[in-house]
Amino acid sequence: MSLLAELSYWQQTSIRVGAGLVAVILVAGTLVMLHLFKLVSFMQSRLGPMEAGPFGSLQLLAEVGKHLQKEDIVPRKADKVVFAAAPFVVLASTFLLVVVLPGGPDAWFIQNDLGIYLAMAVSSVSVIGILMAGWGSANKYSLLGGLRATGQLIAYELPLILAVVGVVIQAGTMNLQGIVYQQANGEIFGWDGLGNPYILTQFVAFFLFLTAMQAELTQTPFDMPIAESELVSGYMTEYSGMRFLLFFIAEFATAGVFSAIAAVLFLGGWYVPGIDPDDNIMNVLGPLVMFVKVIGLTFVVFWVRFTFPRFREDQLQRIAWKFLIPLALLNIVVTAIFKVWI
Amino acid sequence: MTDISDRQQLSYIAAQAADARVNLELETEGMTLNIGPQHPATHGTLRIVAKLDGEQVIAADPVMGYMHRGYEKLSEVRTYPQVTTLINRIDWLGSFANEVPFILAAERLMEVEAPPRAQWIRTILFEMSRIANVVLFLGDMAVQVGAVTPVFFAFRDREHILNQIEGATGGRFHPNFDRIGGLKDDLPAGWVAETKQVMKKMRAFCDEIETLVMGNEIFQARTRGIGVIPADVGLSYGLSGANIRGSGVDWDVRRDNPCGLAYDQVDWKVWTHPDGDSFSRFWVRLQETREATKIVDQLLDGIPAGPIMAKVPRIIKVPAGEAFVETENPLGVMGYYVVSKGDLVPYRVKIRSASFNNMSITPWLLKGVYVPDIITILGSLYFILGDIDR
Repeated sequence: MSLLAELSYWQQTSIRVGAGLVAVILVAGTLVMLHLFKLVSFMQSRLGPMEAGPFGSLQLLAEVGKHLQKEDIVPRKADKVVFAAAPFVVLASTFLLVVVLPGGPDAWFIQNDLGIYLAMAVSSVSVIGILMAGWGSANKYSLLGGLRATGQLIAYELPLILAVVGVVIQAGTMNLQGIVYQQANGEIFGWDGLGNPYILTQFVAFFLFLTAMQAELTQTPFDMPIAESELVSGYMTEYSGMRFLLFFIAEFATAGVFSAIAAVLFLGGWYVPGIDPDDNIMNVLGPLVMFVKVIGLTFVVFWVRFTFPRFREDQLQRIAWKFLIPLALLNIVVTAIFKVWI
Repeated sequence: MTDISDRQQLSYIAAQAADARVNLELETEGMTLNIGPQHPATHGTLRIVAKLDGEQVIAADPVMGYMHRGYEKLSEVRTYPQVTTLINRIDWLGSFANEVPFILAAERLMEVEAPPRAQWIRTILFEMSRIANVVLFLGDMAVQVGAVTPVFFAFRDREHILNQIEGATGGRFHPNFDRIGGLKDDLPAGWVAETKQVMKKMRAFCDEIETLVMGNEIFQARTRGIGVIPADVGLSYGLSGANIRGSGVDWDVRRDNPCGLAYDQVDWKVWTHPDGDSFSRFWVRLQETREATKIVDQLLDGIPAGPIMAKVPRIIKVPAGEAFVETENPLGVMGYYVVSKGDLVPYRVKIRSASFNNMSITPWLLKGVYVPDIITILGSLYFILGDIDR
């Protein structure tokens, strides 16, 4: 990205926005293709995604074509501006998350000393988008879904952030690039062959992060706002065609982006053991390494999603406040003690 | 101490008034939520008008009749053999089981009895349609709780049993195989061995559901203690089938009154569960499916030889009289009250189907639960809309 220094500010910005959008949509598409169409189809004995094109490879195009053809319906009593803006707010939150992710020693959009802080702050914007969708739809199911989403997403923001705090304490930096370097140059009991991916020392935080992430993504077992069997897809009930597709892209892209953040925090990000992290080859290899780690983590997300039943609202809140948050606080205390004394 | 001084009484009244004022200030606006007629959790065109306070149900009333097809009235202008083509559409998931009680009622009026071979084959197909029906419930219950995968497994394994029903009767959904006095055809060659294999698969499916759904902690947290029906309340609402056996009532028409079916020839068990909640209804249905495969297995081993049709006239005229026959259908007790005046057509047919009565408890049961629990309770009561709206 140092090449960008030659360009003027607006040129840099438009390139970054374009690349970010491509990153969002490409990642979302790949995840839909790999996980939803292939993996889940095999898990659930679905036949559709194996028919279109060789090995079902054209299914994604067929789906996009289907959604493009659909009529764009806005309910008569809907708050039209809010209704129309909601998918973009959700997608914007995803898009802003992408910009802090590092892909290699020089491959990054922005490098900020408050990287993970920014990411956590921006991720909560999607709550507003979902609440807008729920409120603006003029549908009681959507309203219930929107209100549930608010309760759920705000509750799970806390364990998510508290899980990150452990990593930040151990790494001593909030810069995501810095966290990657800390893991790459770290050592476990004096042995530095593997670096120190924080999954080994922060496994509690990793578990907390994955759990809270599942809730932040509104995936089963924490899919209260969507709840297709009771709330008929909740805040998405009234969305059709392209607008629905925007929500769909945002859902999958956010799963990818959150997995990428988890990969950076716990799996060493773009770093791979055995190659010097400052080697220029990592600018090419780094994004691929990231991608593999992201696919691995999203596999877990969707595997859980298509296996587990759904909690009830009160049970969900109980898990967040009585189990996850105390555990996260304990993890912070233990990490701090280790950090100071050892 | 019995005397309360005026002062105490006044302060008590003041406290009550303060409470009432706080309650009035904190009162939330109610919301009426129409669940259905088109809703994924209602299995068809059922509508539940729920008055909600937040997510809590204050009152819930089922509105039914959106797909009423007037079968009782239509039966009065159809000849007896033609009626079977209507009534196997009542509960479309276990359709063969619907035909049997009507045919039995007609046979009772005509004072004919199907030959033993026909009785055994009837019982086999009856239990197979029970499995075909309940298998879908076992998968669908998970959908009500939010897990989509088990229902795909249910549809996959239901194929096997439908293939067998098709192999014997020629129809997948509406076999129309029963005749007054026996059955239309004999079993095809090799069918018995194939069915035994399928029963093995169904047992494997039950094991799969047991680990995937019943063993899941979230599923248990969502269903245990939810929608509890005490036995006396359940009986007073006329619940039957697995719904009442899930409340610990040991009542099964198959065992208590196996008129014209071969249930007393095999060794089997009626399962009950004492809790009466959604989980116990699920548990009972799962055990019943296992038990049904065992019944079929035993019956397949000992099908008696002989004719499959009793001697009945070509044109069936049923002598005057009335008969009520009930059987234990997949959804509960189903009975036909047939009145004849000696014509080609029944004078009056009254259908007592299980789902209508099972549905009747919902206003009582749904009071005070949360919206997500509406779905699990409705799912666990397991009704087919065709069985409610006839």
